[in-house]
Order: sequence, then C-alpha cells, then structure tokens
Amino acid sequence: MKILVPVKRVLDYNVKARVKADGTGVDLANVKMSINPFDEIAVEEAVKLKEAGKATEIVVVSIGPAQAQDTIRAAMAMGADRGILVETTEAIDLGGIEPLHVAKILQKIIGEEAPNLVIMGKQSIDDDSNQTGQMLAALLGWPQATFASKVVLGDGSAEVTREIDGGLETLKVSLPAIITTDLRLNTPRYAALPNIMKAKSKPLANKKIEEFGIDTTPRLKIVSVAEPEKRKGGIKVETVDALVDKLKNEAKVI
Amino acid sequence: MAILVLAEHDNKSLKSSTANTVTAAAKIGSDVHVLVAGKGCDEAAKAAAGLAGVTKVLQADDAAFEHGLAEHVTEALKSVAGNYSHILVPATGYGKNILPRLAALLDVQPISDVMAVENETTFKRPVYAGNAIATVQSLNSKHLLSIRTTGFAAAGAGGSAAVEKISASGSSINVTFVGQELSKSERPELAAAKVVISGGRGLGSGENFAMLEKLADKLGAAIGASRAAVDAGYVPNDYQVGQTGKVVAPQLYIAVGISGAIQHLAGMKDSKVIVAINKDPDAPIFGVADYGIVGDLFQIVPELTEKI
Repeated sequence: MKILVPVKRVLDYNVKARVKADGTGVDLANVKMSINPFDEIAVEEAVKLKEAGKATEIVVVSIGPAQAQDTIRAAMAMGADRGILVETTEAIDLGGIEPLHVAKILQKIIGEEAPNLVIMGKQSIDDDSNQTGQMLAALLGWPQATFASKVVLGDGSAEVTREIDGGLETLKVSLPAIITTDLRLNTPRYAALPNIMKAKSKPLANKKIEEFGIDTTPRLKIVSVAEPEKRKGGIKVETVDALVDKLKNEAKVI
Repeated sequence: MAILVLAEHDNKSLKSSTANTVTAAAKIGSDVHVLVAGKGCDEAAKAAAGLAGVTKVLQADDAAFEHGLAEHVTEALKSVAGNYSHILVPATGYGKNILPRLAALLDVQPISDVMAVENETTFKRPVYAGNAIATVQSLNSKHLLSIRTTGFAAAGAGGSAAVEKISASGSSINVTFVGQELSKSERPELAAAKVVISGGRGLGSGENFAMLEKLADKLGAAIGASRAAVDAGYVPNDYQVGQTGKVVAPQLYIAVGISGAIQHLAGMKDSKVIVAINKDPDAPIFGVADYGIVGDLFQIVPELTEKI
C-alpha cells in the first residue's frame, strides 16, 4: 500500500502572526517556518502504518516556495520515503494559491502516483480554511473521512473515527480514500539526528507549478488584512465575594 | 437569486447553528431558502420553516441522508445549487465537512468561517488563529460560505415558510456509517450555551474537572477546555475551545486554570463577560478578562460554587 501525504510549510505554531503595516497580509519575512502541525500528525500516522507493516511506501508532496523542501525533508526525517516539491513563487497563505488550486494539483499528482490512501491535515494554521482534503476527495470521486481521531486499516477499506460536534462518529470508507487528521490522532515523533541525516539523501523531485497546467488565477481577492479588535482587560478582584457581587450587580450575567 | 442555507439537524430537531446561518443569509439578501436533507426529517423541516426570515424550505428525505454524510448530502445540494447565488452552511464540523466537497464539484473557491458580511460578495474572516482578520471578496460566479455562528444572532421564531419536498438521492461512493458515540450530557451544547466554564492544564487532572461540573450545575453551564487540557488527556477533544476546537461567545465565560494562549483566546474572546481564575497574576488570560481573580483555583472554585 502506498500512502501520499501532502504537507504545507507555514508560520511556526509558536510564533505570533504579525499583520503587515500596509494591511496586505501577514509578515512572513525572517520568521520561523515549520511543517503545519496537522500535516505532521498525518506524516506520523502514515509512518506508524508503515511500521505496522500495512504500508510499503510514503510519498510526501508540498506546494510552496523552494524552502518548502525543508518541510519535505522534515517529513522524511520522520520516516517518509520520497518527496515531490511543487514550486511556486505565489503566496500560499492569503491570496495567490488557494485550496481549490492545491486540490487540483494534488489530483494530478495522485493520477500519476496512484496511492491507495491520502492522509492530510484537516487545515493549515495560516489561512485556517479546512477545505483542501474535502475538495480533493470530491475531485477524485473518493470517500472522505475528515477530522480523524482513529484509523484502522482493513482489507480494501478503512474504519475511521471522526471528531464531530458533541462526540465521535465512525465511518467505513472503501479505499482509495482521503483521511484528514485531527489533533488527537497521534503525537508526532521527534526525528532523531541519524534520521535527519538520512533524510538528506532520500529522493526529492522538483517540479514547477506551471508544469501542471492548472489555472491558478485567484478566485478570492484579499481586500485587506487587519489586526483583530483588541478586547480591553478589566479589573482584578481580591475575593470570591467581590467577584460574585460584580457578576450579579455590575455585569448582571448571573 | 435566492440564497440557500444548509440546515444542520438530527432529523428530529434543528441545531441552533442553522438559525445563526439564516441570520447571515438575511444580511446578504431577502429570499432565504433552507435545505433539510435527512431521513424522516419532517420535524426538522417544520422547525426550519418556522424560523423568521426563511421564505421556503426544501426537504430531501432519503435513507442516504440519515447520518448527514458529506458524500450524500453534497449530492442533494448539487441538485439544487443552480438556483442559488449563495450557498451557506454553519461553520461547524457538519458544515465544514460538506461545503468544500460541494465547492470542488461546482468549481468554486469557498470562504470559510465568515464572521461578518460587508456586502453581497465581501466578507470578513479570521486567519492565523484569529491573529488577523481578512476582508475577502469572492470573485466566483457563485458564492459558497461557511458561517461562524458566534458572529450572527440566531434567527427567531415566527416564520411560516412552505415546505417543498424535493427528490434527491445519495452518492454511489462507498462510505458506510458505522456508529456514533455522543458525549452523554445533560448540559447545554457548548457552542450554544449562555454560560461556559472551561478548564485548563491548571486543573491538573481529568478527575478535577468534577469540580467544574458542580459549578456548571449551579449555573446551567456547558463545560469546555483549553487545548492544553485536551492534549494532556484530561477531557475529550469535543470539549476544546479555541481556533482548533469550538468557537464560543456566551454571556459568561469562566476560564479556570487557563493561561490564555492565543489559540484559546481566538475561541472565546467574543464572550460578553469573561472571568479568569488563575494562580499566575501575569497570565495572558487576565488581559482579556473583565474580572480576574488571582489565587488557588482549588479553593476559589468551590467557594464560588457555594456563594453563587
């Protein structure tokens, strides 16, 4: 079984996004970039399936700037076998390359690679759209199991437990299928140094986005990007009695 | 052209997220239809017809739609999509699972998590975990939006729209519903509760959430948690409030032992009144709290429960 895992290079989880002074986007110059956390969970799940003898090859794909090859190498250090970089100079967070474009490019790659399963993050933590997996499933005519918290591979099918509002839902999907990851699916491993070194010599194919012949004209126009309205901090009270009094008589919420 | 809202429901009743989404639709145009796709969903369809501002309800009743699976519901939406300029879903797990699937089939790039309507084609949405707000104009020929329920008041009762049954069938894609395990709770639903009490890593264990439950019982509150508490395994993920969990905006939000990471603030900062209980006087949560109290939560919460 071959598993394909799309990964995205995003602003590191621990770095606070700063809106550019001209209001055109978020400043990504000279800040730490990392693999999207949900995609890291997807890589981990694929590697676990390989370690369990259920998968034979893991191919990671990233669409982004030349530096996105670092993201692919990070996934290889965790255990992915091979990488494909689809290089673009367009923005991949706001404006530029949008989820529908990404889904169409992935559809073409899947046409060539013919994986049995695609595992990917449910959303990237930059534009937070939560769209690409569902779109890709639609374009391929495959079933989708989004927001997965547990994956059990069977013969030609997968049983996936999903995080839904108010609890969990379990679906059985025939393969090939798209699975998107939620936080509780697993805890990604830290890559050991020898594996980081080994990752440097794993095969990585470089492609340009233009090679795919997809019309990447934006369908959305980013009119402006602004800081959110700041909520003003209030007061500190010394005692529980004072708090109860404030809630009853000032805020009138209890 | 009319605007279509996809109803979120359990066949018997309508989820409140549908009413919020109807309000957003009414800000775009006056002719608002609601699609109820389910099995034996007469009650849900009737409830949708009773929402103020709804002019027509489409009911697609078929075994395929019983569990709201995306592959099937997308087919029902697609069969009527041609009649609408805008298609809106609630930005909940249900809506987010379905809308992008429909969008790809219609060759539309949708807009997720709409928190404000600027005009027919321009909308505001949070990005980067709520650290930036993007104003986005849809250049598509049809506009697909998921609606952040906290940005729009729920449409009230008082509607009397006609219910039209439509024939739609599910997809031939091989997907089967195996089962569901809903958290059993007498409490209000997190996203719709008037009072929410959330616990963080400061609680120290899942057992200690029992303390919050006593306070919640007294206030008729829902219980939430920070991502740190979920990651630590104290409570299930469906408790999570934040950018990667649920977005809530209750009348009263009580944050207990939560430091106030940006990703958590993104999920609760639109609450009307925020109370923070934390032992660290410098915790960022105090920067957004209307009322803060510094101290040991294991003393403060029981005392509050007693005195409230």
